[in-house]
Amino acid sequence: MYSPVVMEHFNNPRNAGVMEDPDGVGEVGNPACGDMMTFFIKVKDDRIVDIKFQTFGCVAAIAVSSMVSEMAKGKTLDEAARITNKDVAEVLGGLPKNKLHCSNLGADALARAIADYRRKHGTAH
Amino acid sequence: MSIAYFDHAAATPVRPEVLEEMLPYFRERFGNPSAVYDLGSGIKEVLEEQRAKVARLLGARPQEIIFTSSGAEANNLAVKGAALAHLKKGRHVIVSGIEHHSVLNAARYLEKFHDFEATFLPVDRFGQVDPERLRQALTPATVLVSIQVASNEIGTIQNIPALAAVCREAGVLFHTDAVAAAGQIPLNVEELGVDLLTLSGPALGGPKGVGALYFRKRLRLVPQIHGGIQEDGRRGGTENVPGIVGLGKAAELAATELADKGPYLASLRDRLVEGVLKAVPEVIYTGHPKRRLPGHASFCFEGVEGEALVFLLSRQGVYANTGSACASKALKVSPVLCAIGLSPAVAQGSLVFTLERSNTAADLEAVFTHLPPAVARLRSFSPVWHKKMAAGGAGP
Repeated sequence: MYSPVVMEHFNNPRNAGVMEDPDGVGEVGNPACGDMMTFFIKVKDDRIVDIKFQTFGCVAAIAVSSMVSEMAKGKTLDEAARITNKDVAEVLGGLPKNKLHCSNLGADALARAIADYRRKHGTAH
Repeated sequence: MSIAYFDHAAATPVRPEVLEEMLPYFRERFGNPSAVYDLGSGIKEVLEEQRAKVARLLGARPQEIIFTSSGAEANNLAVKGAALAHLKKGRHVIVSGIEHHSVLNAARYLEKFHDFEATFLPVDRFGQVDPERLRQALTPATVLVSIQVASNEIGTIQNIPALAAVCREAGVLFHTDAVAAAGQIPLNVEELGVDLLTLSGPALGGPKGVGALYFRKRLRLVPQIHGGIQEDGRRGGTENVPGIVGLGKAAELAATELADKGPYLASLRDRLVEGVLKAVPEVIYTGHPKRRLPGHASFCFEGVEGEALVFLLSRQGVYANTGSACASKALKVSPVLCAIGLSPAVAQGSLVFTLERSNTAADLEAVFTHLPPAVARLRSFSPVWHKKMAAGGAGP
């Protein structure tokens, strides 16, 4: 039911865990809905130099978090903010139809972390 | 990699003795039981022998058994067929809120298309239906009550004799879905006091695609599959002869093995539960701790999601099931877990083990080896778990 890329990211999630003193934090979902995702970013010279995520959710939700973190790491904030749900699902080799909402969560959580950083650092566009 | 399979309620291998019995009926003995020449008439007798075997497992008479295509079909025939045959009495049915979907949705169908009223009875935190509460829910229009013997999600066994007695006193038909219980605990229709009872083939070690309904003699049923006069006109369609032969053999084996199997499963299950509760912090053992199926253990692990846990375990050769919303096609959290009062977040961490005779102590060791690190791993990056810990939750 899941693509090999999804299973690989689920089995070996990148950047999972907590971050001390993050520059931006983005949280989406709530456990009552089944999924919850938090992204933490460290920013230097307008670039995401480190990223961590915490996810409560299924195989797809964990794989999406891992993939989004990998896609965003090293990108400028503008580049990272342009990552779409569709991009994430695509590089994961597709997601089952009823799991597409998981890819929305990933990109949304990252976007919120970026927005949080910009709010705190007065660089909101 | 060795396999520790604990999802027998979902599917279990057909027993070799059962398959052996079935094989001749695919080719050599292929005749249609309705045929008048000898190739067919011999088959009719074979069907009647199977009816007798299933009846024996239940303490019923052979003519009180109808063969169906599944437990779900038998539930449909019981709920819709009995309710629609007694419209003169009224249009009210009562089912428990934790029934199988084939009962819940049959009751909803009666509401939607036949102007019935359906009552969905609540259960206590162990999943038990209170007979007094059932009595209060009965109305003069109530025609049928359906409450399962035991839940395949939380294992809780209902007090069917007490619930059925309430209905008998009020002159209301009582159906019970015994799919999860059959082959695990004794089922005698007289002792239970039921009018209708559902069985399924695969749950007994028989093949998929076959089930049976017990109905008390002379009880009227509206067929749900219209066709010829197979099954005395109660269910159309040429009989699934190999499947029915398989069910018959499985029922025969279940009847002879029950006395040894129950205690074996219970001892294995108790060790499983004890080991899991000891090895993993913040676990809820769902269902009734004592009044439950011997081969059933169900848990909710806080801070993790069940589908992810099932996948991690399967990678290590340990197979179990979950009632998590993420694992269901509809993405809805199990109504059973909601009905026993668990929050949706906690219900997400559901993990269900259903045991069979083939399970061994080595299978338990596989669970003890692989389950605690799998839970710990998912919790290590779970925001729900970290919030709980930050809020002063117990455990590491």
